[in-house]
Formats: sequence, structure tokens, C-alpha cells
Amino acid sequence: MSKTESNTPLPYPAINPLECKACGRCISACPKKVIAMGTELNARGYTYAKYAGAGCIGCLNCFYVCPEPNAIAVHVPERKKAPATTGVG
Amino acid sequence: MEPAMQEKVIQTRGLYKTFPRKGGAAQTATHYCPGCEHGVLHKLIGEALADMGLQDRTVVISPVGCAVFAYYYFDTGNVQVAHGRAPAVGTGLSRACDHAVVISYQGDGDLAAIGLNETIQAANRGEKIAVFFVNNSMYGMTGGQMAPTTLVGEKTQTCPRGRDPADMGYPLHMAELIGQLQAPKYVARVSFSSMAKLHQARKAIRKALEIQRDGLGYTFVEVLMSCLTNQRQTAEESDRFVAEQMEKEYPLGVFCDRTAEATPIVRPTSDYRKETLDRLMNLHVELAPDAQRDPSVRPINVKMAGFGGQGVLSMGVILTRAACQSGRFVSWYPSYGPEQRGGTANCAVVIAGEPIGSPVVSETDVLVAMNRPSLEKFAGEVKPGGLILYNADIGAFEAPEGVRALPVPVHEIAQQGGNARATNVAMLGVMAGTGALDLPDEFYAQAIAHNFAGKEKVIQQNQAVFTFARQWQPPKA
Repeated sequence: MSKTESNTPLPYPAINPLECKACGRCISACPKKVIAMGTELNARGYTYAKYAGAGCIGCLNCFYVCPEPNAIAVHVPERKKAPATTGVG
Repeated sequence: MEPAMQEKVIQTRGLYKTFPRKGGAAQTATHYCPGCEHGVLHKLIGEALADMGLQDRTVVISPVGCAVFAYYYFDTGNVQVAHGRAPAVGTGLSRACDHAVVISYQGDGDLAAIGLNETIQAANRGEKIAVFFVNNSMYGMTGGQMAPTTLVGEKTQTCPRGRDPADMGYPLHMAELIGQLQAPKYVARVSFSSMAKLHQARKAIRKALEIQRDGLGYTFVEVLMSCLTNQRQTAEESDRFVAEQMEKEYPLGVFCDRTAEATPIVRPTSDYRKETLDRLMNLHVELAPDAQRDPSVRPINVKMAGFGGQGVLSMGVILTRAACQSGRFVSWYPSYGPEQRGGTANCAVVIAGEPIGSPVVSETDVLVAMNRPSLEKFAGEVKPGGLILYNADIGAFEAPEGVRALPVPVHEIAQQGGNARATNVAMLGVMAGTGALDLPDEFYAQAIAHNFAGKEKVIQQNQAVFTFARQWQPPKA
């Protein structure tokens, strides 16, 4: 608990409110149930999915089930490479 | 301070960032309905192409159906083809451009109904095409009609009581049908109805495109989907429909995989050099000079019409060849009924100093009418300042305003010229004599010789009729 709340970067889905058509596929596909449908309408007249802000594990399910090419991108922190301990190259 | 966070952004690749070809207000969204899995399949294909670095080698063929606008999205080469014709176009693309990765993206109405024959033939030839076949059990774009893939009992607009096999046959199993052929290298059926199945589908799509990358041959991936809009389903309901009904009728799996023993299919390199094409078209042996660009030449539209058997099509061919010999761009466009004799026939000839956009003539400079129906039908199309030459046998005729009309006694001229049957050549000679076409006489002589090649006497007679008619002057009024 304390570790995740530190500065360790965490994955998250970036949902573009304008591009979401409110089909709900990402909501069903999220294993952590951290995406939900909002209530406001976007400029194109759809409600749109929203990330709860925490809990994403970077599984990419929401990205792959989302049919709109520009609606979801998932940001996943790169693991720091473990320092080489053996060998010289 | 921590250094800037290192992160990977997993986002759509292989598709355009925006879709300006789509036009309209929302050029960053697809035209697909909310929840439609066309978008999922587009993303998976795009991702695979981007990962393999294949975009610059790829041509995506858009079908007729909801994916008709796939060319809005795929950042590749694109063509859009007529309903069901993708296998023919794909074959052409693949054979003309051996290095190309050809993707045919088709729905079930397109592929399994109107395009069934071509699909089977292309698969059986093992063309190097990746077919992605979207089976959603109906015609989606046109409003949900029954397709060959509609499930037994499934209701559609055109089988509102449900598909009854006694009347309407059974669902067509395309993957099985293609999978039993000997040529295809990989045939699979996949769905997106669960995450696990979506990842299986992703692998199948990548495998099909790897096979194309390596030039191994034909691949067919059937993707089960549901048309949410016509089925009135939510996304979850559509997943359930696919999992519980579609997959029961259409089991997922691999129906053939011959990649292990496959070797690249290498087609001969295409040769589009002019001399090669001339040889193929038999133009290297005939007198067929290349057309010379000359923008100062005013294009002339000629229409020749009459009864079948009056020689109007031959007259057009001779004129066309004469113009060709003289170095003009020229087209000949015939129109005739099924009758060998009788019926009506006409041809349009366009002569120009630059490439001809359309061989169709709707505004005529010179009309040649050998009978009354043709004269009455086409006289209205003659431009002001234009010329009508008509068979004097027709009798009285009043020309449209601003158009010169000349009755030509073709029988008399042909007879006096030495061959009573050559009325069409007589008419051609009179036309040449009017100066309306500005073609030197020698080219007509060559064209007549070519037209009657091998018949010396006929050539001489026709050339004599032409020469006589060329000198003919209308009686002074």
C-alpha cells in the first residue's frame, strides 16, 4: 500500500472524452472495474467512459476492445532495467 | 528531482491519425456505430502492419458494406472495389506487384453471396491475399437483410419469422469451405467475444500477415461479429450473441495451416515497358504509331449511326484507324443490339490532340446518319455549328438551328465510284471532302487497305470509291 502511494509511476488509460461513443466495451473488459460510464455528454452527443483515477494494472484490455482508434491510449511505465550484475558486455 | 517518467504509450498504430477523406465534422472518429467491432479489427490489422513494418508494402481493398470506407482509416495503399469483386482485384494487384501485401477486407454479403465464386477461385489458386472476412450473420449496411451466413431461426428484415432451412437453406460455413481446398496456407475462424478469444484473434491476424510478408500464399481469417445496430444489442449482448449463438454454428479454430511446409510463391516480375505491352497487344507488327500530343488540335466528336449491316461500325473503324495513323489520339466506342443484321448500331469516334477522357459522345460535331431513326435520334445532340451528313434516301429532313445538314446520295456515289456496296466508304469520302476532320487523304487510304487486308481487289475498289466520293460536290441549291 505504502509503496504504490509513493512516487512509483503507475499505468493508466487515457480516455479521450470527445472520441468515446459510450459503447461500454472497455467497462466490461476492465478486470479491476476502474472504468465507468460518465453522465455528461461530449460535443458529439455521447456520454463517455471515465477512469476512476487509480487501480489500473496496464492490462490493455480497454485498449484492445475499444473500437474507436483515437478513444483510448494506455500509458504504461517502463520498468527500470535491473543493473547488469554479470558479464562485461 | 526524479528524471522524466519513462513510459510506453499503447495506442492505435497503422491507421491514420485523422481521417480527412471522411470529411464532415468528426474527422477523428470512425463512421462505425458505437460498439461495432469493425474498429477492433481495423486496430488489430493496423497494429500488426505497423509492427512488421508492412504499411508501405500493403494495399487494403475496401469492400462494399459498412467497411466500404476502410480507406479512410488504413495508412496503407488503398483501393475500393465493386461488391464481391475483391478477389479479382486482389489477384490483379498481387500479380502485378509481386512484393505487395494485399489485404481483402470483406463482409458476408460481399464475400459469401455475390462474391462467393471469385472467393473460392482465388483461394483455390492460392493467390497471395490476406482475406479478413467479417461474418456478422446479415447484411448490416443495408439494414439487416438475410445473408448466406444468417443463423437457422435468426430473424432478419427479409426472414422476419426466422431463417427456415427448408426455404432458405443453411448457414454457409466459409472457413470450412475454404479450409478444405488444397492451396490456402492458413484458414482460421476467430471472434472477439472474450478477451482470451480476442488475443487468439490477434495472433491469427498477425500470422496471416506474416504469411503475406513472406509471400507464402493465401490466408483466410473469418471474424465473427454481431451487428449491434440491426440486432438492437448492447455491447455485452452482442458478445453473448457471438459466444452463445454464432460460435455454436460457426466453431472457432484453425481449419488449415500449411505454413510449416510453405515456400514463397515468386511470380515473374511485371514488365510494363511500352515495347513489351506493344508486343502483347500485337501493336509492334501493325502500323500503329504513337499518338502525338498537340493541344492546338480541337477535339472532334463524330457519331455514326444506322441499321445493322449498313457498315456504320466499319466506317467508324476506318476513320479511327486513319486518325490513329495520322498520330492523333482516338477512340472508337460502338453500341449495337444482338442482331447480326437489322437492329440499330452506332459508334462514337473521338479524335483529339491529347489523351481522351471518355469515349462517350453526347455532344456531336459531325453526325453521320444512314437511316431515319438514327437521324432523328441523334440530330438533337449535334452542336451549333456542327455538321450532319445523312443518307439522301431518308428524304426530307429539317436540320436543327445552326446546324448544317447535307443529304448524301451514297448509293449513287458508291455505284459511280465503282462498288455499289461501298456506301459506308462513300459516306466516309464525302465526310473527308467536307474538311470537317482535317485528316490527310493518305491515312484514309492506308486505313481502307488495313480494313480489307488480304483482299486486293476489294481494297482497290473501296479506295476508288473513297477517292470518287472525296471529290463529290453537293448540287448547288
